[in-house]
Amino acid sequence: MAISDVEAFVHLTDADIHALATELDAIRRDVEDDLGERDARYIRRTIATQRGLDVAGRVLLAFGSKRVAWWAGTGSLALAKIIENMEIAHNVLHGQWDWMNDPEIHSSTWEWDMVGVSKHWRRTHNVSHHKYTNILGMDDDVGYGVLRVTRDEPWQPGHLLNLPINTMLAVGFEWGIGLQHLEAREMLQPENRAATAERLKEFGTKAGRQLAKDFLVFPALTSLSPSARFSSTLKANLLANVIRNLWTNAVIFCGHFPDGAEKFTTTDMAGEGQGQWYLRQMLGSANIDAGPVLGFMTGNLSYQIEHHLYPDLPSRRLAEISVRVRALCDKYDLPYTSGPLLVQYAKTWRTIAKLSLPERFLRATADDAPETRSERMFDALGPGERVRGLKSAIAAVRARRRGNRQGLAGPP
Amino acid sequence: MAWVTTQAGLGAAVRALISPVTTPLLPDDYLTLINPMWSARELRGRIVELRPETADSATLVIKPGWGFTTDHRPGQYIGIGLLVDGRWRWRSYSLTSPPRATGSRTLSITVKAMPEGFLSTHLVGGVRPGTVVRLAAPQGNFVLPDPPPPSVLFLTAGSGITPVMSMLRTMDRRGQLDGTDITHVHSAPTPDDVMFADELQALAGAHSGYRLMVRATRTEGRLDVSRIDDVVPDWRDRQTWACGPEGLLADVESAWAAAGIGDQLHLERFVAGRGAVRSGGGAVTFARSGVTRTADAATSLLEAGEQAGVRMPFGCRMGICHTCVVNLVDGRVVDLRNGTEHEPGSRVQVCVTAPSGDCVVDI
Repeated sequence: MAISDVEAFVHLTDADIHALATELDAIRRDVEDDLGERDARYIRRTIATQRGLDVAGRVLLAFGSKRVAWWAGTGSLALAKIIENMEIAHNVLHGQWDWMNDPEIHSSTWEWDMVGVSKHWRRTHNVSHHKYTNILGMDDDVGYGVLRVTRDEPWQPGHLLNLPINTMLAVGFEWGIGLQHLEAREMLQPENRAATAERLKEFGTKAGRQLAKDFLVFPALTSLSPSARFSSTLKANLLANVIRNLWTNAVIFCGHFPDGAEKFTTTDMAGEGQGQWYLRQMLGSANIDAGPVLGFMTGNLSYQIEHHLYPDLPSRRLAEISVRVRALCDKYDLPYTSGPLLVQYAKTWRTIAKLSLPERFLRATADDAPETRSERMFDALGPGERVRGLKSAIAAVRARRRGNRQGLAGPP
Repeated sequence: MAWVTTQAGLGAAVRALISPVTTPLLPDDYLTLINPMWSARELRGRIVELRPETADSATLVIKPGWGFTTDHRPGQYIGIGLLVDGRWRWRSYSLTSPPRATGSRTLSITVKAMPEGFLSTHLVGGVRPGTVVRLAAPQGNFVLPDPPPPSVLFLTAGSGITPVMSMLRTMDRRGQLDGTDITHVHSAPTPDDVMFADELQALAGAHSGYRLMVRATRTEGRLDVSRIDDVVPDWRDRQTWACGPEGLLADVESAWAAAGIGDQLHLERFVAGRGAVRSGGGAVTFARSGVTRTADAATSLLEAGEQAGVRMPFGCRMGICHTCVVNLVDGRVVDLRNGTEHEPGSRVQVCVTAPSGDCVVDI
């Protein structure tokens, strides 16, 4: 039932964990000391490029009656929205560029190009998700309250709809994120009603503006062009938004739902030091194998592990940080979960599909399943099999399980 | 004045009309990509001229961009933000230009390079014409009324002359220098260190009402405020504006108070306020709440605020979420995690910063 004792799970002593934390702190300090003009130029150019793509897409759609222009415009706009949401807004809102002290590229002032309100998201994401990462019942991103993504959560008949719900969430992902902070459940409590009403109003205003822009103002403007119609732009904008939703959903799901991204119980939090927090971030996240282009398109969330260790360090530095984090994982015998995008994404669907079924159809227990494990998975190992660290221990458990299976299948 | 208001109103109307297209951004966010000056969202300016004043000081002439319609009062200062190594650094400097210089819509500040002043040294020696800077609206209560009082005493030292220069230029422009009885006592290490020396002499020569006394402290010694009677016998009858090092201002303040004419004294403390004297902990003033609380070097601004009953923003309480950032108005704070010091004009995370000397935060 998820990890409730991080030290026992990782096979590290207090001294080891302390040493690991010191080494991880040193990486942060090195990067912070080195931030400067090159980083500032990078984000300014990224923003300029993104706005260029946005304008180009809108202009192309003024010629949307032509097939080529329509597809080029839609693609350009989708690309602009993806870059805005992932490499710019997500990272700016994390405070990754706050060090520049630029009021126009700052976590406290940025409003992103999607229906959700930046301010609301910073609370659910930066606080709940990044502090209480993957803790059942505290990190709402574990299933977003609508999906069963780990067998730690007891099955309910509603989970039979896991697959259709996941499809709807992917297509309308911006709405899921926008509504997340409104916390419909809390609205029922009278003392929260005023605050929720206020948030609802803010969300309504923001979403209204976004809807008006994409589905009223721009279609109306382009309808003035002889080479476009109201409906051609409306459809293009709708498609661009959906492409963005599907992409961001895929990237986000690849961060915490593929096999090997651990879940935790609240007991972990008791007396948690910086080292334990770091470990929870490393164990709870999964990377995507990506080069510079794919990395950029994911907002460098292909380095989800590094992002969770240092949520406010600039995204363009995560690639170089990952080299050092990998080396530390080797040194402390810790797993470093990473895989190709399609494989990782397929694994999230596989888990969500499996978990729509009740317990009796599932083979693995919550102590040793692809999507969740606990320190109890090592109970099977004999005293002679005690190994150095977590990665070796997991391998030993696997080898033993394989051995058992072969033993059963062999001749009596 | 009327056309300015109309223009500003028109600009706002156009912006409101276009904003449904650019939402969630503003039209300015796209326009600044074409020309960095085309923004009314953040006040900007371009340095058009750099004029050396003395060996270690220079006047920066700045042409403000859109939105800088605020007219300043002589003696006020502006905030100026400069991009250095990817970071915007902010400082305040007194305006030395008179309000609304006719014809050319420029303003000027005069900066003295301080030995430890990283940014002032950069401004005097390293910045080029054409550089885009950010501006904060003029502010400050150290101002000259219009019309000025009939008899005036200016007591200045070093770069403390800068706000008074704006007052003198303003009175000159308005033709008030002859009708006003002004005594100006200015101190500088040597005559070569006197900023605006030629212009001051010219004003004194042309206007009988303006008497200038320059004191070279390296040879004549510092002005002894307790013997001000010897220099300005009728100082008690004058409205006094004093600006200079903290030592001088403290002496002046107590002398004027002892004479029972504290209400005739106007002080500008900027030279002292930006000194290098720092220590762990200090009095934290929460500007909007109007509360001050002393905190030691290990107490975060967040804890100090909560103890004082201020409604503080908070999130993760460990420095990762950036939901508790507030503006540091004055003083310095230090990051408890790595010792990095933040200067006024920065936005700081209150959960992981502690005061380094007295400071003021905008919450």
